[in-house]
Amino acid sequence: MTYRINNAEVDAAPFPGQCLRTFLREQGTLGVKKGCDAGDCGACTVHVDGRPVHSCLYPAVRAEGREITTIEGLADGAGLADGEALHPMQQQFLDAQGFQCGFCTAGMVMTAATFDEQQKANLPRNLKGNLCRCTGYRAIEDAVCGHRHTEADTASDGGPRTVGANVAAPAGPDIVTGRARYTLDVPAEELPGLLHLKILRSPHAHARILSIDASAALAVPGVEAVLTHEDAPDQLFSTAQHELHTDDPDDTRVLDSVVRFRGQRVAAVVADTVGAAAAGVRALKVDYEILPAVLDPAAALAPGAPEVHPGTAGNVVAELHSDIGDVDAGLAAADVVHENTYYSQRLQHVALETHGSIASFDDLGRLVVRTSTQVPFLVRRTLCRVFGLKLASVRVLAGRVGGGFGGKQEVLTEDLVALAALKLNRPVQLELTREEQFTATTTRHPFAVKVRAGAAADGTLTALALDVTANTGAYGNHAPGVMFHGCGESVAVYRCANKKVDARSVYTNTLPSGAFRGYGLSQMIFAIESAMDELARGLGMDPLDFRRRNVVALGDRMVSTAPEPAEDVHYGSYGLDQCLELVSTALAAGRQRAETSGAALSVSSELSVSSGAADDGGWLVGEGTAVAMIDTVPPRGHISHAKISLREDGRYGLDVGTAEFGNGTTTVHAQLASTALHTTADRVVIRQSDTDLVDHDTGAYGSTGTVVAGKASLAAAEELATLLKGFAASLFHHTSAQVHLLADAVECGGERVPLADVAARAREEGIDLSAEGRWGGTPRSVAFNVQGFRVAVHAGTGEIRILQSVHAADAGVVVNPLQCRGQIEGGIAQALGAALFEEVRIDAEGTVETRILREYHVPTFADVPRTVIFFADTDDSLGPMGAKSMSESPFNPVAPALANALRDATGIRFARTPFARDRVYLGLRAARVPVEREAAAPAV
Amino acid sequence: MDLPTVSELIRTADPQHWRPGDAWLAGGTVLFSYGSDTLQRLLDLTAAGWEPLAMNDDGLEIAATCTIAELYTFPGAVPPRVRQAWPALDLMQPCCDSFVASFKVWNVSTVGGNICTGLPAGPMTSLAAALDGTALVLSPGGTVRRVPVAELVIGDGRTALAPGELLRSITLPATALRARTAFRRLSLTNLGRSGVLLIGRTDEDGSFVLTVTAATKRPVQLRFPSLPDAAGLGAGLAEAIDAGLWHDDVHGLPAWRRDMTYRLAEEIRAELAAPAPAPEDGSL
Repeated sequence: MTYRINNAEVDAAPFPGQCLRTFLREQGTLGVKKGCDAGDCGACTVHVDGRPVHSCLYPAVRAEGREITTIEGLADGAGLADGEALHPMQQQFLDAQGFQCGFCTAGMVMTAATFDEQQKANLPRNLKGNLCRCTGYRAIEDAVCGHRHTEADTASDGGPRTVGANVAAPAGPDIVTGRARYTLDVPAEELPGLLHLKILRSPHAHARILSIDASAALAVPGVEAVLTHEDAPDQLFSTAQHELHTDDPDDTRVLDSVVRFRGQRVAAVVADTVGAAAAGVRALKVDYEILPAVLDPAAALAPGAPEVHPGTAGNVVAELHSDIGDVDAGLAAADVVHENTYYSQRLQHVALETHGSIASFDDLGRLVVRTSTQVPFLVRRTLCRVFGLKLASVRVLAGRVGGGFGGKQEVLTEDLVALAALKLNRPVQLELTREEQFTATTTRHPFAVKVRAGAAADGTLTALALDVTANTGAYGNHAPGVMFHGCGESVAVYRCANKKVDARSVYTNTLPSGAFRGYGLSQMIFAIESAMDELARGLGMDPLDFRRRNVVALGDRMVSTAPEPAEDVHYGSYGLDQCLELVSTALAAGRQRAETSGAALSVSSELSVSSGAADDGGWLVGEGTAVAMIDTVPPRGHISHAKISLREDGRYGLDVGTAEFGNGTTTVHAQLASTALHTTADRVVIRQSDTDLVDHDTGAYGSTGTVVAGKASLAAAEELATLLKGFAASLFHHTSAQVHLLADAVECGGERVPLADVAARAREEGIDLSAEGRWGGTPRSVAFNVQGFRVAVHAGTGEIRILQSVHAADAGVVVNPLQCRGQIEGGIAQALGAALFEEVRIDAEGTVETRILREYHVPTFADVPRTVIFFADTDDSLGPMGAKSMSESPFNPVAPALANALRDATGIRFARTPFARDRVYLGLRAARVPVEREAAAPAV
Repeated sequence: MDLPTVSELIRTADPQHWRPGDAWLAGGTVLFSYGSDTLQRLLDLTAAGWEPLAMNDDGLEIAATCTIAELYTFPGAVPPRVRQAWPALDLMQPCCDSFVASFKVWNVSTVGGNICTGLPAGPMTSLAAALDGTALVLSPGGTVRRVPVAELVIGDGRTALAPGELLRSITLPATALRARTAFRRLSLTNLGRSGVLLIGRTDEDGSFVLTVTAATKRPVQLRFPSLPDAAGLGAGLAEAIDAGLWHDDVHGLPAWRRDMTYRLAEEIRAELAAPAPAPEDGSL
C-alpha cells in the first residue's frame, strides 16, 4: 500500500481497524494531536484530498491513494525551517497569538485554512468542531479574521521596551507549524523498544481484591508483564503535589489491594503495542470481595457509615472550625438575614492534552520520566519517596504541556510507568484516553455551603457564618488544601466583626476530587457572593454599593478563619476599588446601548419579582456582579530557582523550573529578564521544566509562574546585569558605572562591544558570566477580580443570553497585556461552562456517566460571548516589576455574577450550578403561579 | 480511535458475508468515535458505489452511504423546478445543522450511519421520519424489506434491524416532499445536541403530520386529517407520548423536554396555520 503524506510517498500499512490519526503519528507527523480521539475536539484535523476531516474518525485504510496533508505540510514547500514562508493562516495565528497552550492550534489552523469568506462570517458554526480550553475563543476569532496583536518590544528610540509590550510567545512559530513537542511527541527512533501500558480499572465502588489471574493476559502475544498490588511498593503517598508533602494525606498506593472507587487502578498490563496491552487487560480475571460503599457525603457522615479508609473516623479527612466575634449576636443585630445552601458541582478540567508519561533510562542509568505535569520537581520527589530512589538517580521533565488547570498538580501516571520501567528495564509509555480522564483522574470538589449572613439597615455586614462540606472522593489528595484555601480569601475580602466557619472534607467511594482552577475559592465565592447579593437586595441597596461598603480597603486586616491575618499577606497594591468602579461604569454604559441593554429583545413588560417570571414568552433582563480576592502566592512555601548566563551567540540563556502549559509565563520570564538586561525578549532563550536545569521549583500552580518563578528569573537577570557590567568595564578599562547594556552589546563612551564578543572574552579570561536567582514565595500580596453581567432569560425555554460581560482585574503592572487578557478571557470561558452546563455526573452506583465530550459539553466558540476586560492601574510592591498573579482568579467571580444576574432578571435565586436551560426553565415554572401550561399539558 | 480488535476490513455490501463480530462500516464516524473491544471485522459499504441521491417522480432515494456533506448541498444543486415542487427539501439544511458534529465530520459521516445509530437526537432520523421516509433493508438471508424510518429507531441506541441486516437506502416519497413544513429545535447549549426536535408538515390534502424526535426515546408521529386547534394538538401529544417515553439523559431533563415539545408543537401549528409566505423568487 502507498500513502501520500505531505507530498511524500510513504510505504506503510495501517492495521485494519486503525484510524488515520495514530497512523499519521506513527509516520512521524506528530503535529497531529489527540484531544478526544472521538471526533469532538478537532485537534487531529488533517486534510484528505484537500478536505478537512477529523483523523481520529477516519479509517486509515481509506486514505490509501489520497493526498493527506497535516500541519507539517500545510505551507507551500513542506518541511519548514526558520525563515520559510508560513501558510497565511499560520501567520495569522502567530500575529494574533490565537493560542495559549497550543495543543488545539494545529487543528484550528488546518480547519480555518480551508475557510472561504462565507465560512469566516459564521465562526460559531464552522469552528464548533474545534475545542480550545484556554483562550475563550476571542484570540482565535482574531486569528482567523486576521487581526494582529503581537508587537516587537523595541521602543521608538531603538532601545528595548519590554514590560507592558505584547511580546509574542517564544513558542509561537513551533506551535503554528506543529513542531512544538508536547509530552508524547517523541519520535519513535528516540525510544527504541518502547512498551505501552494499559490499566484494568475497578468495576466496583469499594472492594477488596482477592485474586488476580494473569495467566491468560500473559499469554497474549506482545504482553511483557502484568503489574498488581503485589508488585507495588507499600509506601503510601498522595497524588497531590505540594512543596511540603506532609500537607497532603498519604492514603494512596501505586496499586492497592483495596479499590475505593469505580475506575480505580486494579492492575496494569505492559505490552509492545497499545492494542496488545488492551487485550491483556481484557484477559485478566479478578476476584473481588465487595465492600459496603458510601457514595455521597451525607452517607459518609452518617453514624456508623463504612469507613473509606480504615481509621479515618467519620470519613472526615480534614476539618476546620473557627469562630470570630459573635455570629449569633451579629445575626440578632441584623435587619436582614439571609440563609441558604449553595451547591457547586463536580467539574472536569478537560485540558486538551490528556495525562501521559514515558519512563525510560538515560546513558547514566537514571530513570527519566517525561510527563504532562505542572510540577516536575515535585513529581521527582514523590517518585523517589515511593520507590526509594535517590534524587540524583531520577530526572523528570515536561515538554510543552497541553493545558493543566490544576489537573496536572497530581501524580496520576508517572508512578505506574516508573514501576513498569523499573521492573522491565525498558521504556514504558502510558497515555490516558479521554474516557479515562473523565472516569479516573481528578475533578473539582463538589461543595455544599450553608450560608447564614446578616446586614444592618445602614448596609453593614454584621455576621457571616458558613457550614461547608466538600466531597474529596475516594482519596484525600488535595482535600485539606482546597478546604482551607476555599475558606480563606473568600471570607477575608469582607470586613465583618462576626465570622464563623465550620468546614469538613469527606471521603466517599467516588472519583477523587483534586486541584482545580480556583482551588476551593470558586465554590465558596459562589455561595458568599450570592448571599451578599441577597443581603443587598433585602436592604434595597445596589449590590455594588453594598460591596463597596463591606469589602476590605487598603490596610484593613484580612481575617478569615483565624483571629489574626496571615503574617505574610500584605497589600502590595490594592485595586479592588478601581475594579468595582470599572465594572459599575461599564454596566451603566451598557444600559444605554441597545445591543447590550436588552432593548433589542422583546422584553417582558411584567418584569417583577413577585410575578416570578409570569410571562411565559418574554425575555427577562437582569444584572449581576461578584467580587473575588486571591493571595498572589499559595501559603506554606513556594520556591523557585533560576539560572541565567550569557551564551556564546551573545544571547542570554535562562533556565527555569516552572512549566509552560499555556499560562504564558515563558514570555513573561523573557520580558522580565530582558528588562533587567536592557535587551529584547527574543534575545532571552528559555529552557524550562526539567529537573536537570535548576535546583528546585515547586511548580506552576497557585498562579505562581509570574510572581514566584518570575521573581527568581528577575533576580538572576539583575545579578547577571551587574556582573556583566563589571566585566565589561574591565574590557573598556573604565568603571562599571559608565558601562551601559544595549540589546546586543555593551557600550562605554561611544565604544561598543557585541555581546558575543563579550562572551568570547569572558571565556578566554576564565570568567563565568552567569547568575542565579531564588525566591521563596513570601511575602505575598493580594489580587482582585470583579465580574459583571447583564443577561436576558427566556422564561419560556430557560435560555440565558449574555447581553454584556465585563471583567475588571487587578493584576498589578501587566507585563504582557495580550497574554494577561487571554488568561482572563480563558478563565471566564471555563467558568461560563461551569456556570451554564458542565457537570461530571456520577450515578447511584458510583459510575461516572459523562465519559465523552459529547456528554460533558465544554464551551465551543458558539457558547462564549466576548467579555470586555479592564485592568486596574496598580503597581505591586511585592511582585516582579509590580506584577501580580492572574491565572486562576478570573474564574472565581463568574458563576455568582451570573447567578445574581439571573436573580435580578427572574426574581428567583438559583443556588445550584450549572444553570442549564432545563433547570432554569423548571425553576421558573415552579415559581410561576398558576402554571399556565399545566392546563394544556396533562400531568405525566 | 483505533479499533485494535479488528483483524480484517472487507469491502462488501452483501449481507451474506456478515457473521457475528462484524460491523457494517459506512463513514465510520460512530464506530471510530465510540470504539469497540469486541469487533472482529469491518464490512465496508462505501466500496459499493451507491448513487448518493437519486430522484424520480415518486420521490428521492438517499443511499445509506450518502454523506451529510452531500445531503447538505443537494437542495442548492437541484433544478429550480424541483426545488419549487418539493419545498420540503428546505428541511435538509436545518436538519444537517442539528448535528452536534462539525462540518468536517459531515465530509465522512453518512445518512444511514446516523439512522442506524438510533440516537433519539439523530437528525437524519428526524428528517427521514418527518417526511415518511421508508428504509430499504437487506437481510442476511437474501431477503429485502421496507420499514418506515419512524419505526426503524425503536429506542435510545436501538433499532429494528436484526443482526447482519443492512440499511441500503431511505426513500422520501414525493407526496411528503411536496408538503409545507415547519422546523423547531432546542438544545441546552448553542448549536449543541438537540434536546427537542420537532418537524411539522401539511400535505397537499390538508392533513397535518407532527414528528417529535430528540425529546422522546424514539420518533413519535401524530397525524391529523387537518390542522388541529391548540387544544386538539395538546390532547394529541398527551395521548401519543407516555410519561416513560420522554428521553432522559444529559442533554435535557424529561420535564423540560416535555414542556418544550408542547411549546414547539404549538409554534409549528401556528406557523402552518398562517398563510404560506410567498416564495422568495415570487415566481408562483
